[in-house]
Amino acid sequence: MTKWLETHLPKMVLAPSFIAVLVFVYGFIAWTAWVSLTRSRLLPRYEIEGFIQYKRLFAAPRWDTAMNNLFIFGALFIIIAMVLGLLLAILLDQKIRTEGVIRTIYLYPMALSMIVTGTAWKWILNPGLGIEATVQGWGFEGFSFDWLVDPDMAIYTIVIAAVWQSSGFVMALFLAGLRSVDEEIIKAAQVDGIPTWRIYSAIIIPSMGPIFMSAFIVLAHLAIKSFDLVIALTGGGPGYATDLPATYMYAMAFSRGDIGQAASSAMIMMLVVFAIVVPYLYSELRAKND
Amino acid sequence: MKRTAFAAVSAFAVMASNVAVAEPQAEVLHWWTSGGEAKAVAVLQEEFASKGGTWTDMPVAGGGGDAAMTALRARVLAGNAPTAVQLKGPAIQEWYEEGVLADISSVADANGWAEVLPESIANHMKCEGTWCAAPVNVHRIDWIWANAEVLEANGITMPTTWEEFNAAAEKLQAAGVIPLAHGGQAWQDATVFEAVALGILGPEGFRKAFVDLDADTLTSDGMVAVFDQMRKMRSYVDDNFSGRDWNLATAMVMNGEAAFQIMGDWAKGEFLAAGKVPGEDFLCQSTPGDGFLYNVDSFAMFNVDGDDKKAGQDLLAELIVGQNFQKVFNLNKGSIPARVDVALDEFDSCAHTSAEDMNASAANGSLLPSYAHGMALRGAQAGAITDVVTAHFNSDISSADAVQMLAEAVANSM
Repeated sequence: MTKWLETHLPKMVLAPSFIAVLVFVYGFIAWTAWVSLTRSRLLPRYEIEGFIQYKRLFAAPRWDTAMNNLFIFGALFIIIAMVLGLLLAILLDQKIRTEGVIRTIYLYPMALSMIVTGTAWKWILNPGLGIEATVQGWGFEGFSFDWLVDPDMAIYTIVIAAVWQSSGFVMALFLAGLRSVDEEIIKAAQVDGIPTWRIYSAIIIPSMGPIFMSAFIVLAHLAIKSFDLVIALTGGGPGYATDLPATYMYAMAFSRGDIGQAASSAMIMMLVVFAIVVPYLYSELRAKND
Repeated sequence: MKRTAFAAVSAFAVMASNVAVAEPQAEVLHWWTSGGEAKAVAVLQEEFASKGGTWTDMPVAGGGGDAAMTALRARVLAGNAPTAVQLKGPAIQEWYEEGVLADISSVADANGWAEVLPESIANHMKCEGTWCAAPVNVHRIDWIWANAEVLEANGITMPTTWEEFNAAAEKLQAAGVIPLAHGGQAWQDATVFEAVALGILGPEGFRKAFVDLDADTLTSDGMVAVFDQMRKMRSYVDDNFSGRDWNLATAMVMNGEAAFQIMGDWAKGEFLAAGKVPGEDFLCQSTPGDGFLYNVDSFAMFNVDGDDKKAGQDLLAELIVGQNFQKVFNLNKGSIPARVDVALDEFDSCAHTSAEDMNASAANGSLLPSYAHGMALRGAQAGAITDVVTAHFNSDISSADAVQMLAEAVANSM
């Protein structure tokens, strides 16, 4: 009996969460895939009609805007947040006296919800209230910073707010990475008289590969699921210039009673996530097997 | 001691449940949770309770009803629909097609709804010939609001054609006043658009374009002219309009920063709440052109089990269309009664204009549903049109391209 328990207990303990994941993650993915092949409007229907929703999706200019925005926002957000985070981490790594205080200050935006961040930046960037009005008030009448209300530039305001929110977190990740590099190697390099920037670029940063990977994965999924920041900062506007796939899906499912269309956009979003995560998982698994 | 208390409680519970069988029950899902709206619903609750009914309130605020619709979807899929739900326009028929709406024709016939409701509004309340919803109010969309003082100072009268409006706007711009207070949200862009479209296309053209979705009308020269006028409207708006809420735009008219606003008659509530007097401090007039665009709030009745709930449903429907509720509710909400035989003595001058125009346009067939507020079209089609309107308004797309995009978007939304 004990022997039987010993072999089966782990399976029994894991079974509930396994079943939960099976139903609530993979089950619902399958359900969404099914619904995306139907003509569901207000309520889900289950007669399969083929790829009509995907055809509609790819014919919609608003979806094009949303996908373009995702690539602009995703690329800029990930690159700028990583570069800024690394820079901050390296500067903090110089064994300065007030490190604890500064680290907390930089990390603090992470404690705010995206809604708060979005609302605060909406006011800061509003031409009539924020930066533009302030600088003009100082006497620089010609100063203009109206990205928030400019359909071509509005997406970059979302990048600004998102970078402000997340770069402190990336800094913390990198700082931990920098600290985990063996002191001895660095000391040896210093004894050899190698300049500090060379120590960073040739020794420390190359040994932080896994940290870069985790930072990238965290930021990438933040970018793809971005929703609340857009809603609070621009509401998808001006027009639908700052729509992202997530806000598109929400509008279709909950405002317009077009569930089939929402499901097809959700499937495309999932494929984008797969395109990023699968190569990562593949490389991870292969590294373990080696 | 505990035992007796328990016995007493259970005896009371048995009594209460006995009473409940005889009592009309209604669970009402709505999203009227702010100021005047909440007061307006409370009126209905009191009236329902005074007739011996038990009202279970289910307010779901947020997202202009999106949150409530999500709650409704969950309830319907679970097979436990509320008694009555705040729904409007073609959404009623859409739910009917899902097979979940109840038939309240007996109440409607007994109370003679067909005689007291304008025909085009009554048609929204019917599902394949049977009554399935009860109308609460009529909001007019095609209003133009103005600051009386600003107009007088610049020697401008209320415009009756779009040319006059453009001339007035340019004069105001030269005088340093913002001609049009507007908030850059998609639904507000759509509101201005449909007022312009009604004026330029005329009632018949509007019906063809936004009710029948006639492809020829959607791509006609008239529609190009509508987009041309929208481009002009864009230039009359201040630079900082993006994302502004409608009530902030109304405040701009109130304090003289801007001269005009095109908005439904809920804007009147803002003026009145600030102590402004219609005709003296602010002016109300229909936007240039003929016709009347309405937005009618209503309660759709869902299939429910149990006699007490059915009784509640019937009582609720009767009260909603009853004279007293129609009057008190609309005084609180700023709209006008849906039934035409309510005395309007306590209403203000704008409401009188609205009621007169409604009766006149009901007679000559220019009483039309608002597309921007979900009365004319289903969500997917209305949304597709709004996407084009707001994209055009917020960029430099040419009118000819916009018309082409409009036709494609409508075809793609089917």
